[in-house]
Amino acid sequence: MAILVFVESAEGKIKKTSIEAVAYAHALGGPVTAIALGAVEKAELEALGKYGAQKVLHVADDRLSQGIIQAYATVLEKALQDESANILVLANSSLGTPVAARVATKIGASLASNVVDLPKTDGGFVVKRSIYTGKAFAWVELKNQKKVIALRKNAADIKEVGSPAQVTPYSVTLGDADFATKITSSEKATGEVLLPEANIVVSGGRGMKGPEHWGILEELAKTLHAATGCSKPVSDMGWRPHHEHVGQTGVKVAPQLYIAVGISGAIQHLAGVNSSKYIVVINKDPEAPFFKAADYGIVGDAFEIIPKLTEAIKAAK
Amino acid sequence: MKILVCITHVPDTTSKINFTDNNTKFDTTGVQFIIGPYDDYALARAIELKDAIAGTTVTVLNVGPADTEPTLRKGLAIGADDAIRVNADPTDSFFVASQIAAIAKETPFDLILMGRESIDYNSGVVHGIVAELLGMPSISPVMKLDLEGTKAKLAREIEGGKEYLEVSLPFVAGCQEPIAEWKIPNMRGIMSARTKPLKVVEPKAADSGVKLQKFELPPPKGSVKMIPADNVPELVNLLKNEAKVL
Repeated sequence: MAILVFVESAEGKIKKTSIEAVAYAHALGGPVTAIALGAVEKAELEALGKYGAQKVLHVADDRLSQGIIQAYATVLEKALQDESANILVLANSSLGTPVAARVATKIGASLASNVVDLPKTDGGFVVKRSIYTGKAFAWVELKNQKKVIALRKNAADIKEVGSPAQVTPYSVTLGDADFATKITSSEKATGEVLLPEANIVVSGGRGMKGPEHWGILEELAKTLHAATGCSKPVSDMGWRPHHEHVGQTGVKVAPQLYIAVGISGAIQHLAGVNSSKYIVVINKDPEAPFFKAADYGIVGDAFEIIPKLTEAIKAAK
Repeated sequence: MKILVCITHVPDTTSKINFTDNNTKFDTTGVQFIIGPYDDYALARAIELKDAIAGTTVTVLNVGPADTEPTLRKGLAIGADDAIRVNADPTDSFFVASQIAAIAKETPFDLILMGRESIDYNSGVVHGIVAELLGMPSISPVMKLDLEGTKAKLAREIEGGKEYLEVSLPFVAGCQEPIAEWKIPNMRGIMSARTKPLKVVEPKAADSGVKLQKFELPPPKGSVKMIPADNVPELVNLLKNEAKVL
């Protein structure tokens, strides 16, 4: 049962959620081949061997340094065939999930996205998916021999299990139809911790009273090597960019630690954070509903507490 | 131009989620159903395009049993011209996508819009499957969509930013905010929706190889530990030594 893992990169580095996908495939058992497309650092590719990839394929086609959904799906279909792999594992993302949809359709695979854990394999191959925006789970049997599995963050623990792998150049002939969609430009926050990838998230809400007060949250985030997020009203008012909006209709996060500052905790916001391992809520209103969903809480003025918290974390390091 | 907007019939975002029948069925008791919030953005953008481009028609489609018709009627009240209901339980993404593709094969559309994902099953794959079945490009999640003749300019959200794209019609897009402002039906819309055509079609067979076994609710959350505002270092201590996340 050979397994192919599609690994994504950003600025030449393999994304953490993609390394989790390699770890997931390794835990399934069976030879694991990882495949990366576009510009990626060689050492990053070799390191995939440590997490369980026996083989690493690299398609060094510059046109694929941009995430073109159709072209990626064509490459993965061919790679599955060449590697005689029946299972494709990848990370849920703005690129991975749409690509998974197309590949599964091409090869007639059972498809599951938003998968949160390793499958149960006693009697079928049954995966656990997050549904109702984190409010519930569904156990779903993938009955076809071919399977495509898109993982949520933290679906597998990253462990060092092997040594660096050889990187094999790989190529697929692509046609015009694969490039029917043209990416003309992109805007990307560079050097910051990406919200969906972050182990710690610091989020602010309306209680921050204005975009000019975000400095103290950014300072706290920097100290924790965390990503910054925000509530829907904050992104609606343009205080923060939309890609930082955490919630039902924004980014769903699953960090180890979520720190919510000045966010009351509307059910739509909770839907985006309820997969966090630990939640800290800081709010001046003791009746804020978010405290009910929190592990730790402080009632008080964020403008006094946040700088103190940043200092205390620096001191504890 | 013909636009197809695929909408889902989903529990309101404030709904408490419960299951019945030994955790195999969603408990609809006391649950209010709405057009999926992402689908609502797609529909709003389609209506804007209809208003801007002469001769444009908008069809709304839902795969669901008869009790989902009020949701389709709401789509008509918002401004769609006609509606199609595929008479089946929307059991999984491949099944739903196959129904949409079958309809679009019979009656070609220039543009197929839907939400980036449904807020019940959160799969986020139906647009990609529909596009693959129809041999079209698919783009998701789309935050901006402008048409110039048969060319479209789009913005797509990516992790930590945005990507700007160009593609020719026809294509499939999974939409999200801020592609358009949600539209609230007015009285005239609600009245006219009653008489707009709503066609019911029977489903085509489509086996996805996916079978739901059971639902599960997450374990209840333990109670919150409050820390006095004048003892912030205690929070750091707990995060470090109790939660072990620092």
